[in-house]
Formats: sequence, structure tokens, C-alpha cells
Amino acid sequence: MLHIIRDLLRFNREFAIGVAFLGLIVVYSLLSFVSPIDPDIQFMEFPDLPPSGEYWFGTNSRGQDLFWQLTFAFRNTLGFGVMVAAFSRVISITVGLVSGYVGGAVDRVLMVINDVFVTLPLLPVLLVFFFVLGDSLNTINLALLMACLGWPFDARLIRSIALGLRHREFTRHATFSGMSPLKIMFEEHLPYVMPVVFATAMANMLWAIGVEVTLAVLGFTNINIATVGTTIYWANNHSAMVVGVWWWIVIPVVLVVMLFIGLYLLAVSLNEYIDPRSRLRRMGG
Amino acid sequence: MKAYGFFVLKRFGQLLIVVFLGVSATFFITHLSPLDPVEQTMGRLTRQSGFSPEAQEAMRAALTELYGTDQPLLGQFVNFWGRLVRGDMGPSLLAFPTPALRLVKRALPWTVGLLTTTVVITWTVGNLLGGLAGYFQNNRLLKAFGVFAIGVQPIPYYIVAFIMLILFGFLWPVLPISGGAGMFVEPGWNLPYVLSILHHSILPAASIVVVGLGTWFLGMRALVSNVVTEDYVSYAELGGVESRRIVGSYVIRNAMIPQLTALAMVLGGVFSGTIITEEVFSYPGVGTLLIDAVNAGDYTLVLAVTSISIATVATAIFVIDLLYPLLDPRVRVK
Repeated sequence: MLHIIRDLLRFNREFAIGVAFLGLIVVYSLLSFVSPIDPDIQFMEFPDLPPSGEYWFGTNSRGQDLFWQLTFAFRNTLGFGVMVAAFSRVISITVGLVSGYVGGAVDRVLMVINDVFVTLPLLPVLLVFFFVLGDSLNTINLALLMACLGWPFDARLIRSIALGLRHREFTRHATFSGMSPLKIMFEEHLPYVMPVVFATAMANMLWAIGVEVTLAVLGFTNINIATVGTTIYWANNHSAMVVGVWWWIVIPVVLVVMLFIGLYLLAVSLNEYIDPRSRLRRMGG
Repeated sequence: MKAYGFFVLKRFGQLLIVVFLGVSATFFITHLSPLDPVEQTMGRLTRQSGFSPEAQEAMRAALTELYGTDQPLLGQFVNFWGRLVRGDMGPSLLAFPTPALRLVKRALPWTVGLLTTTVVITWTVGNLLGGLAGYFQNNRLLKAFGVFAIGVQPIPYYIVAFIMLILFGFLWPVLPISGGAGMFVEPGWNLPYVLSILHHSILPAASIVVVGLGTWFLGMRALVSNVVTEDYVSYAELGGVESRRIVGSYVIRNAMIPQLTALAMVLGGVFSGTIITEEVFSYPGVGTLLIDAVNAGDYTLVLAVTSISIATVATAIFVIDLLYPLLDPRVRVK
């Protein structure tokens, strides 16, 4: 495992840049644990100070030190992404393996449901949920909800792998030696889909964070929890661009774009690593 | 031709199922929740201005009757579909008493126009450039575009639109950043109005295109670099077929079919991106309408916009699927 990562870092430039970007953001968000300030308290510093030696990222119009404020924002945003990715992995693995192994009518029903989810425009649906649940749509609920909406693409991918595994010799052996279908799926087939699960988890996190930022910027999440989206929401609310507090907008946007590119590069390079054809091409074969 | 008719019929059946399940799901989400739509609407309405207790009671009774929440859930469901099929979803609160569907109908052309234009541009240009990049792998310009695509593609629509707004609204204000057309231009089929619409749509369209282009470019490049290694391409090259012809009719044409499937798969996401971009640029489409409706607590309008959105996207995917036989002769034979 470790030597694979070392080789990827050495020979795959996309992977190296992805790790660097994501690592930087993760370390930055971990700084929140040693933060001298409480992110919920306002007007502790002079408002609207530009970036300087004392305040690296300046202060915002709410009188908060933006450097430390953003460490909390990124911690919450990353945590949210991990949560959605983890929850939706559970659903997509279960649906994918069951659909691929059991097949038949179960497969057809699951895939019809899958098709409905794939074609649904998610944003209106999420707004409906916000509309109905209102303030009780907290971070955990939102993460669960997004996991319920974000599994279909990956389930289809896992299904296609499970379909191939179904007719392999070892599956037949396992069946004839009396292994239960559940055990076959989760003990024999699961290891084969794990690489895909990891690669799609990155892409899923990327999607989840993107939606979270979008919803938060519109004010459709709990705006009192510091996240990247709510930071931009408050900046817009105080017309930061118009009054010239540009650092309040530009710094979080630059950092979050780095996070997006880092996650994307990781997902792409892992996918490429999993697909032997593209590995051959890279070697010039 | 008979086979094609059967294919269309089958896909149409799927379309109906998707729309039915999607809209029903929206209905049950809004009705199975522990929160009462009447109380929710009341809460939102009374938050902004005070009402006397009598007025509140009257309002509550009127809303209960309007939403039919005193009936059992199944009855409400049947009623909802009955009215939806007849094209009536009740009055909106946002612009009372204009029917919710009329508001949606007014906003829909803007969204459909923006979505169609941008999807056609992104898909064609992205695939063409991606195909060329996959075939001519040493071209510097196309390589540089690949780096640009990787950098922009993962950024969500909102952030890109927002960056465009800052760039062209604050730093270099050359383009209109809000609205669908100029305020003082008379609507109708006249040249100034059409030009004004085009002028106002540049920024929203450009920001959607910038995000979308990368997806198609990268996907097509990967596909083509696989197709290029196929035997029939080597054969054509050895046979002295012009490279322009190989790229156009041999390589890109074959790689286009999975890209069409991909378009059908991501269209829901592109739609979501479009409505978010509309909100950034205050474009008068269904996205802005939906967000206004949520903010105003307009229950009927939210349901109407969501249902119509689901139906629109499903229909668009249906139309894309009908295009298959044009590209893939095998589907035609089957």
C-alpha cells in the first residue's frame, strides 16, 4: 500500500499536486484545534482590517480574525464532505453488490430506482427539503439527505464490477460450499470493489462540498455554523465586494478552489491507477 | 422503422415512470414530513408582519382548504395528480392570485433557452476539442487547454458564476450582470429586444459553458485515446486515409455515442447548475423563481417549479435518447 502511494507521488504528477493541495487544506483545517479564538464570537477584533503581519487573512466586517475563522470553516466543510461520502458509500455498495449478485427482478427494480435518481434535478429537490424541514435541517440531516441523493452513479459502477464477479470461479466455489449470499457479497466481492469505492468517494466529497457551498451561500443551511459557504454568505450579506473588503471573498474562494482541484486530481489519478488500460498508456505500451 | 417506433414507445413509457415517481416523491417529501405546510406557510407569512389572532385563524382555515390538508394523505395524492394533469396547481402566494403554473410558464422559456444554448455549445465544442486532443496528443495548444479544463472542471457552478460576476461586474464592468433584458426595451419580436436578451445572456451562458466544457473535453480525450489504439484506426492510417477523415468519421463518431449517454446522465446536474447560475445573475428563469418561492414560503409554487423541473429534465433526456439512432446505426437495425 505504502509503496503504491510512493510510486504514485513520484511518477504521477496529478496525484502529487492533488495530495499537496488537499494536504495543505487538511493541515490548515486541523489548525482549528489550536485556535486561540471561538468562531461563534463576533467583534473581538477591529473589523475590516486588510491582511497584515498580525492578521494574515485580515479581519471581516463581523470583527473576526479571518485566518482562524476559516480554519473552522474548512474543518466543518471537510467534515461534511467526509460524512456524505461515508453515508453514500454504504448505500451505493449495498445496492451495487446486491444488484450485481442477485440480478433478475431485484436488479431491474433497483436500476429503475437508480434511473429515477440519476435523472432527478437535485437542487430543486434539496430546496424542497429545506423548505419543508426549515431550521431542523442541521448538518447531520443534510449529510444524510445528500447521501440518499448521491449514491446512484457509484452504485451503477459497483454493480458493473459485481456483474463480472458473479460468474467467476471463486464465486461458484463459495456458493457450492454453502456460503450465504450475504457473506459472498460482503466477504468475497467487497474487496474487489474497494478501489472503486475509494476513487468515487473523492468525487462524491467534491460534489457534496460543492452543493453545501451552493446551499449555504443562498442561506439555505444553518448560517450560524462556520463553513466555507456560510463565510461567503456573510461576506455577501455585508456586501464585502462593494465596500472593498475583498479579502473576505477572495481568500475563501481561492482556498476552496484549491480544495476542489485537489480532490478532483486525486479522484482522477486514482481512477487512472485502477484502470489498467490507462496505466499501460502512461508507460507507453 | 418499426423497430424504431417500438424503441420510442418503450422510452416514452420510461419517461412517464420517471416523471410519475419523481413528482410523487416530491409530493410525499412535502406531505410526509412532520411539519404541517399550513403552519410552515403561516410561520413564514407572520414573521414579516403582525396579524391579529382573528386574521390568523381565517388565514389558517383558508390555507387548510387551499392545501386540502384536512383530507387523508391518499386522497390528497389523488387530488394533486388530478389537478396536475388538468394543469392546475392552485394560486401562488408570491404573486397572489396568479396561478403558480402561469408563473412557471413565464419563467420556463428563459431557463430552457439558456440551458439548450449552453448544452449545445458545451457538448459540441468540448467533444470536438477533446477528440482532436485525443488524436493529436502532442499539440501544445490542446495540451494547455487540457490543463485549463482540469483546473476549472471541478469548481461548482456557483463559484464560477460568482468569480465571473466579480471579474465582469466589479473589476472590469463591461457586461450586464443582472436581469434577462434591458429595463427600457419593449418586449416583443424586435431587434433591440433580441439583442438586449443576447447581451444579458452572455455572462450567465459563459459561466455555464466554462464549467461544462472541461467535462466533455476530458471525457472525449480519454475515449479517443482508447479508440486510437483500435485496429481499424491503424488500418485506416496504413491504408492512407486522410487524417482529417480518420478523426472525423472514424474516431470521433465512434466515441460520440458514450458521450451522448453521458449527456443524458448529467443533464439533471447541468439543470441544477443552470438554475444556480440564474440566481447569481438574477436571470428571470425558474431558478430565480424557485429561490424566491422558497424565501417567500410559497408552498404551491415550490411544488409547481420542482414538478415542472423534473418533467422538463426527463423530457430533455427522452429527446436525447431519441437521437441515438442518428449516431449509432446498430440501434437503428435493432
